[in-house]
Amino acid sequence: MPHMQGGIVPVFTPPPLPSEDKRWKIVNGTMRKNGFARHALIETLHTVQSSFGYLDDNAIRFVATSLRVPLSQAYGVVTFYHYFSLKPPGKHTMTICTGTACYIKGTDKLLASAEKHLCVCEGETTKDGQISLMTARCVGACGRAPVILLDGELHGQMTGEQMIGELERWQAE
Amino acid sequence: MNIEELEQIAASVRVENQKLDHEINVCMGTGCLSQHSDQLKDALTGAVEAQGKRCRVRRTGCMGLCAAGPLVLVDPEEVLYQHVKKENAEAIVASLGAEPVVELRCNLREHFDEQVHIVLENSGHIDPEKIDDYIARDGYKALVKALTEMSPNEVIQQITESGLRGRGGGGYSTGLKWSTVAKAAGEPKYVICNGDEGDPGAFMDRSVLESDPQRVIEGMAIAAYAVGASKGFVYVRAEYPLAVSRLTVALRDARRHGLLGNSICNTSFNFDVEIRLGAGAFVCGEETALIASIEGKRGTPRPRPPYPAVSGLWGKPTLINNVETFANIAPIIRKGGKWFASIGSERSKGTKVFALTGKITNTGLVEVPMGISLRQIIEGIGGGVPGGHKLKAVQTGGPSGGCIPADMLDIGVSYDALLKIGSIMGSGGMIVMDDTSCMVNVARYFMEFCMTESCGKCIPCRAGTAQMHTLLTRICTGVGTMDDLELLEDLCSTVKEASLCGLGQTAPNPVLSTLKYFRHEYTEHIAEKHCRAGVCNMQAVKSEVPSEVLA
Repeated sequence: MPHMQGGIVPVFTPPPLPSEDKRWKIVNGTMRKNGFARHALIETLHTVQSSFGYLDDNAIRFVATSLRVPLSQAYGVVTFYHYFSLKPPGKHTMTICTGTACYIKGTDKLLASAEKHLCVCEGETTKDGQISLMTARCVGACGRAPVILLDGELHGQMTGEQMIGELERWQAE
Repeated sequence: MNIEELEQIAASVRVENQKLDHEINVCMGTGCLSQHSDQLKDALTGAVEAQGKRCRVRRTGCMGLCAAGPLVLVDPEEVLYQHVKKENAEAIVASLGAEPVVELRCNLREHFDEQVHIVLENSGHIDPEKIDDYIARDGYKALVKALTEMSPNEVIQQITESGLRGRGGGGYSTGLKWSTVAKAAGEPKYVICNGDEGDPGAFMDRSVLESDPQRVIEGMAIAAYAVGASKGFVYVRAEYPLAVSRLTVALRDARRHGLLGNSICNTSFNFDVEIRLGAGAFVCGEETALIASIEGKRGTPRPRPPYPAVSGLWGKPTLINNVETFANIAPIIRKGGKWFASIGSERSKGTKVFALTGKITNTGLVEVPMGISLRQIIEGIGGGVPGGHKLKAVQTGGPSGGCIPADMLDIGVSYDALLKIGSIMGSGGMIVMDDTSCMVNVARYFMEFCMTESCGKCIPCRAGTAQMHTLLTRICTGVGTMDDLELLEDLCSTVKEASLCGLGQTAPNPVLSTLKYFRHEYTEHIAEKHCRAGVCNMQAVKSEVPSEVLA
C-alpha cells in the first residue's frame, strides 16, 4: 500500500467503527459513497439519525473524525438544524404540524391538549419512554389540515378526540 | 438517445394504450395517500382482473383537489370521482363503458375550467415513477431539441424572450440570471434546484417533485447546457420523503436512458444530478444559506454581492432556480418563448401554481395564468369560504408576505401588484382566513416562526424578531399599550432595513400589512382588551392576574 512506504505522504485513515453494531456500517457506507468528503457531513448525520433514531456524542465524534471536520463544526451543524435530535426518541412519535394552514384550522388547540394529556411539552418524551411529542414546521399536506404524523404516517383533518384516542391506544400498549 | 428513439418509446406507449379501453388514474400524492389511496389502487386492480376489463390502473401524482381526496380519474371519458374508498372499487370498474357512478362523481367544472396547466400538465396523468409515461407526453423532446438544434445562447434567448421570472418568490428574470452564469468565469459551474420549500402552508414544489420529477430534471439539464454546467444538485426538504424517493427513481431512470450522464444525445454535453437533503431550516431557502448547507455547513447566509451566479457553490459560478421555475423550462423550449410570453400579464408571464389552503372549500393545488384576480381564484376556483363565514383576508408569501384584506380581492395576481399592496408573490402559498382568525394573532404566529427560524448571524433579525414577538404577545394577551404599538412599528422598519438576508428583511411584512389594513384590531386589543375573532385569550387580564405571568 503506498501510504505505508516511508510515511512521507500523510494519508488519512478513517477511524475504526465505534462498535460491532451493524448500523455503523450503513453510516460508513454513506461516507464512503461520498469519498469521505467534508461536505458529506449533513448527509452522514441524516444516515446516523435514520439508523439510530438520534445523534449522541459518540456518533457525532465518529462522524466528525471520519470526515476530518472539527468537532465544533459537527456539533454546530447538529444543533443548527431542527431535523437532528440529540435525545433518543420514545417508542412512538407523534408529530403535530404547525404550518400556517394547520394553524388557521386550530393546530394550537391540538398541541395544547396533547401536551396536557401526556404531561410533557413539545419536543419531550413521556417519562416511561413510550411517546415523544414533536412539532413540524409544515409537512406540505396543507390540503388536509390540520395534520399530524403518527410514527411518520400522515393523518389529516384531525380532531382533538381522534388524536387523544390514538395517544390512548399507544399508552395502553 | 436521439429524437427518433424518443419517438419510438412514445409510439410503443401509444400502441400499448390502444390495446386498452380505459385507464383508471388513482391519485397517489401525499394528501390522497394519507387516505389510503394505495389500498384503493390495489382494490381497483383486483376488480379489473376479476371483471376482465381491458383497463390499466395507474398510480399518478397530485390531481390538485386535495379536499376531495382520494381522487380517481377515468380516461378517456374524463370522469372524476371524489372521496373514493376501496369498497367503491368494484362499482367503478363495473361502470366502465356505461354510466358513471353518480354518487361519487365530482362535478367541479368551474374549479378546473379556469385553470391553465403548464407546470401541472402531466400531474395526475402520468405515473411519476415511469419515465416512458413522461416521454409519451413530449418529455425530453425539449432537451434533445436544445442539445441538437440550438446553441446555449439561443436557449438563453428563448428563456429571456419568454419573460419567465423566478418562481421562488423574488421574481428575478430567469433569462438574465442564466446569462450572468453563462458569462461568469470559472470551472466547473453548478446548477442547483431549490426544493427547500420552507414556507408553511405551501406545497407546490412537493407536488411537482412527486407528480412529475422528470420535468424538473429535464429543466435542470437544459439550464446546465445553457450556462455550461456539468453538475447539478436538487436540495429537497427531508420532510418530503415521498418526493425524495420519486426523485431518486426518476434520476436512476434518466441515467439508464442516457438522458443524464456523459455524452448526452451523442453530444459533448455531460450532466448529472445529486440529491441533497435539507434538515429543517427555513433560512436554507435563501440561496447563499442553501449553498452553505450543500457544502455541509450551518445554513447561514452571507452578504451579496458576490452573487452565487459569480461565486456560489465552492466559490464557483452557480445557477439557483426554484423547482417550479425549472418545471417551466421544457415547455418554453418546446413551444418557444413567444408562446409563453403570450400568457399572463404585462410584466408577469406564464402561469403560477398556488397552494390554496385555510378556510376555503376546494383546498388543493391550482395553476392559474398570471394577472387573474384573487376573487376569481378564491370565489371561482376555490369555491369560496365554507360554513357561512365571511372572508377576512388572504395571506400570500408565507412569513415573508402579507395579508390582503377582503375588499382588495379584485387586484390581479402578479409580482408587482402584490408587492405594491405590501405582500409578495412568494413561492405560492395562499392561505384564506375568515372571521374566526385574529389578524394580530396571525402576525404573532408568523413572527414566532421568523424568530425561531432566524439563523442568528445578524443582530437586527436575531434580536429584532424576538422583540417584535414579545410586543405582539403583549398585545395578544391584553397587556399591550399604544407605546408598544409605536415601538413595534419602529422595530419593523429597523429590521427591514438592517437585516442581512431576505428572512429578516421580509419578517416584518406580516406585521406591516396587518397594521396597514387591520389596525382597528390592534387598537381593540389594546384599548378594549377585546379580540373580535375570539382567538386571543385575555382572561388573565380581565381577572387581574399579576402581569409578570404574561411578560
